[in-house]
Amino acid sequence: MATTFDAHGDAHGHAAAHDDHKLSFVERWIFSTNHKDIGTLYLIFAIVAGIVGGALSGFMRWELAAPGMQVLPWFTEGNIDQAYHLWNVFITAHGLIMVFFMVMPALIGGFANWFVPIMIGAPDMAFPRMNNISFWLTVAGFTLLTISLFVPGPPGGIGAGTGWTVYPPLSTSGHPGPAVDLAIFALHLAGAASILGAINFITTIFNMRAPGMTLHKMPLFAWSILVTAFLLLLSLPVLAGAITMLLTDRNFGTTFFDPAGGGDPILYQHLFWFFGHPEVYIMILPAFGIISQIVATFSRKPVFGYLAMAYAMVAIGFVGFIVWAHHMFTSGLSVNTKLYFTAATMIIAVPTGIKIFSWIATMWGGSLRFPTPMLWALGFIFMFTVGGVTGVLLANGGLDTYMHDTYYVVAHFHYVLSLGATFGIFAGFYYWFGKMTGRDYNELLGKLHFWLFFIGTNIIFFPMHFLGQQGMPRRYPDYPDAMAGWNEVASWGYVVMLAGMVVFFVNVIWSLAAGRRSADNPWGEGATTLEWTLSSPPPFHQFETLPDLTRMKAH
Amino acid sequence: MAFRARSAAAVARIVPALAAGVAAATVRAQEAAAPAPAAGATAAPATPEAAVAATEAAAAAVTYTPLRPEPGIGQPVPWGIDILPQVTPIGEEALRMVHWLLNPVMFAISALVLALLVWTILRYRAAANPEPAAFSHNFKLEVTWTLIPALILVIIAVPSFRLLANQYNPPKADLTIKVTGYQWYWGYEYPDHGGISFDAVMLNRADAEARGAPYQLETDNRVVVPAGKTVKLLITGADVLHSWALPSFWVKMDAVPGRINETWFKVDRPGVYYGQCSELCGTKHGFMPITVEVVPEEQFNAWVAKMQAEQGITPATTATAAAPSEPAA
Repeated sequence: MATTFDAHGDAHGHAAAHDDHKLSFVERWIFSTNHKDIGTLYLIFAIVAGIVGGALSGFMRWELAAPGMQVLPWFTEGNIDQAYHLWNVFITAHGLIMVFFMVMPALIGGFANWFVPIMIGAPDMAFPRMNNISFWLTVAGFTLLTISLFVPGPPGGIGAGTGWTVYPPLSTSGHPGPAVDLAIFALHLAGAASILGAINFITTIFNMRAPGMTLHKMPLFAWSILVTAFLLLLSLPVLAGAITMLLTDRNFGTTFFDPAGGGDPILYQHLFWFFGHPEVYIMILPAFGIISQIVATFSRKPVFGYLAMAYAMVAIGFVGFIVWAHHMFTSGLSVNTKLYFTAATMIIAVPTGIKIFSWIATMWGGSLRFPTPMLWALGFIFMFTVGGVTGVLLANGGLDTYMHDTYYVVAHFHYVLSLGATFGIFAGFYYWFGKMTGRDYNELLGKLHFWLFFIGTNIIFFPMHFLGQQGMPRRYPDYPDAMAGWNEVASWGYVVMLAGMVVFFVNVIWSLAAGRRSADNPWGEGATTLEWTLSSPPPFHQFETLPDLTRMKAH
Repeated sequence: MAFRARSAAAVARIVPALAAGVAAATVRAQEAAAPAPAAGATAAPATPEAAVAATEAAAAAVTYTPLRPEPGIGQPVPWGIDILPQVTPIGEEALRMVHWLLNPVMFAISALVLALLVWTILRYRAAANPEPAAFSHNFKLEVTWTLIPALILVIIAVPSFRLLANQYNPPKADLTIKVTGYQWYWGYEYPDHGGISFDAVMLNRADAEARGAPYQLETDNRVVVPAGKTVKLLITGADVLHSWALPSFWVKMDAVPGRINETWFKVDRPGVYYGQCSELCGTKHGFMPITVEVVPEEQFNAWVAKMQAEQGITPATTATAAAPSEPAA
């Protein structure tokens, strides 16, 4: 460790650009303390986790392509009951992996690590070594979750089939085996990693902005990460507490959630969703930030209503903490509780509407170009709107009685995550690919990827509204024959999306191997944030002399 | 295992009657039958079997005959896209709200955003607008797109709150059913009728289709309730969380161990209605459906008598059973 420290010590004493040559592979990529290297590690990790989580959903759509059990019994030597349980394991792993090990690492660990310090004119994160710990805790968490797939869960079954919500008593008395313990530890580690990361971002943004970079001049991506970091910091400890109580209920005879000892399973739901609802904004706010940067860049026009955009995110973050029980509308809440949570939830539509309309107003009057990142951003704006309006319906406690735990909900949250957060990730990936790697991606393949993914995900998820309205419940491995039509359509949509992902990987590999050298600022005068003032890729340590931004305008 | 044995016995008794019913009335014959209003029931359309049953009731020779499910009622249809037809007052109110308020609002907002995007893309593409404008503020516009969505939400909130209030303000219950979720079947008990109790386990494909019922939705024993009566459900879970859901009634209530949740429905239209467990409960979560059969009151009384006889419940212990049988005030 001393070697690493010395390497950096030297770097500060000498010319910075070449000191990465002094680091061995292990020093640079295992003991990383450089925010850009850690960001790269996070992105690679998110891609790996995304492949696993995406493959799981592929098997799920394959199984659901026709009535009956055709696919999962392959994994269970034809045992149908085991296949039913395996289904539950798959939905659980798909949810946990996509939330904790794909979307969050990509947006926060990846893009925020890479670009928040640069955008605010800082040389690095405030706590570089803690940054390293955050990354490796996330990897350890993913490892534990993977192990949990292969150890006993319920009686006679392998793996945790509890759903990503891990509701007791299914996760306590229903799963006596160690699979759920491992899943809980996985969440502990991923949660601790995120809390450390949140502390790092808050400290960096509050203390390490370059001279003149006031909070009200800070790019909206940095704003989005600031709000997200506060959500992480305030919500994840509640999850940690809830799953620790689960752990002691499971192993040490406490009865927090067991009515036989005076506990209550509903208490867990309150604790989980006090975390879980802010969590959905943790996944979407960074995407909001990315979309704001991209829309402004390719409109060659400053973001419309900058302050309203920033404080809309603050408002969404705040209100996001006081709406959690809309996830529990059928758990037996009193009428007054449901009235309150209905009203509070619908209020979120107002700041979200401000953001949608402000993006359009940013484009209005601009001089628009449509390279790949802009296509993803435009797709995001419309698809997020579609996912958002179904959220307004679900917010109504009385209407949710019908939709709750049906495919309507699955459609809703995949529109805001799979077509929202993921579109934001791909938008950012193409937007910053040249900056991060020094190579330009292939524009034709990028656009092909967008259109295949856009069409594919819509074919997957739009028919789910119909299935939900027809009453098909979530988390079902099989369905009545009448549901077959739309399920088959949705499964074909997966094939289209998969083709898009193949194009994505071809593009990444081709571009890394043979892409053109990327210019410092390939996007032209619309790209005004500080990363475009640096080389592509940026030097190992940027801003050794802090930039003076006192004359800078807000982004 | 005692539960299972009892269920199996009950099935054995129901199936012959069912087969007889099927043989007696083909679908065409059902269509031809005059839909005479059931005696003492409301004006809601009764199924032909129900009408026949009602006529029989008048002749004071009532035997309980299970109804045959009708396509498109109480169950999904191939390529269906809409909410299932609603048969309760709450369901009708909620469906109106979705069809006439939420769906139009959702469609209009999506269409507005799409239209603005398309217009902006066409009008302000670099080829059409080489020099960008520099504005980044418009106070009036920002106030407008804050206030109008807020106003729309207030408009939605009014019927939404009314619906919630109505859901929690049921008429006086005519009968109560206790519902218990087990891994992986439902247990039912009729405390007002001497404690009739039975389990409802999903039928396999052959048995379900023999009843003309959809596989994965039909149970061996059905929850039989009288038409036009307010049914109170007391729902709990025996092992893990479950959720008792009946889409056609706009009913869904979690079965939580250690708690008794209450909900209700009132269905005028006789028929067979299906639901499925709607809270992840383990391996066979997808295979513990809910079948509710709404029958004219005479049929219900016959069913009660039959169940009491089978379960050795003497009329003396069923004094309260008479109350729901009296004409509704």
